[in-house]
Amino acid sequence: MATPNYWWGVAKKCFTVGIISLTVSDRFASVSRISGHSMSPTFNPARSYFKDYVLVEKFCLKNYNFSRGDVIIFLSPSNHKERHVKRIIAMPGDWLNLSDSHDTVNIPQGHCWVEGDDVASSADSRSSGPVSDSLLN
Amino acid sequence: MVLRNSELWRFFIKEASNTSMAVLKFFCFLHVTRTYVLDVASIPGASMLPTFNITGNNVVLVDRISPRFSNIATGDVVIVWSPENPRKVITKRLLGVENDRVTYLVDPKHSDESNTVVVPKGHLWVQGDNIYESRDSRNFGPVPYGLLYGKVFWKIWPMKDFGPL
Repeated sequence: MATPNYWWGVAKKCFTVGIISLTVSDRFASVSRISGHSMSPTFNPARSYFKDYVLVEKFCLKNYNFSRGDVIIFLSPSNHKERHVKRIIAMPGDWLNLSDSHDTVNIPQGHCWVEGDDVASSADSRSSGPVSDSLLN
Repeated sequence: MVLRNSELWRFFIKEASNTSMAVLKFFCFLHVTRTYVLDVASIPGASMLPTFNITGNNVVLVDRISPRFSNIATGDVVIVWSPENPRKVITKRLLGVENDRVTYLVDPKHSDESNTVVVPKGHLWVQGDNIYESRDSRNFGPVPYGLLYGKVFWKIWPMKDFGPL
């Protein structure tokens, strides 16, 4: 019953669905799972048992129109296989007061300053410096 | 007459949906190929002289598979997203991967001053071959590995330069 022709048809269908869904998830929107507690209580609050799943839109990457307060996903500057989710605190040109070291930093062009909502358990710009906009994805 | 008309319409609609599906598939295929397999890029500017752009702007093939499997080494010509402008890519030579010690001339036009740095974890050190006219890691420091776009491996234009790097 199952002829080679039939399987060829199935393979072609799978390939089509694959490339279309890859394109959609690269260009338009995708679903991501959040792990870790650095964005608690926005994501993964302490009382929840399940990991949060979020919808990530990718249209904003066309014009890089982000603003302070946006939650972004970006490749970790120190490990390209990891992706981090944080909130934008400051944009290029802003001056920022660091609370723990009494330093003031100026955010360079094409970068942004990101921090987790749960300040106590988040490794972010406070330890690794401003993040390049090109890492957003 | 009515029947024939409706049949005609049905034919048109079917034809139109088939065509648009084919166009959609074509563009998706193009996107996937350019993102995950192979891309074509042109190299503007003088920063990679004399390797590129001796006889006009070179067009090259970019391997997008190798960076995904960390299959790159010092000496490769790579394309990276500019850390200063997310809309721009720059072509440079890879001179150091993480934990490498790199010595470079700070300002070769005006002085012999040199500096040595150790490339931090997960970062790359990239520099143009034309050290006199290149904006690279000497200006903006090591770039994160995540900004790596691909590895240049074949010149395709101009015809005279056609061939592997």
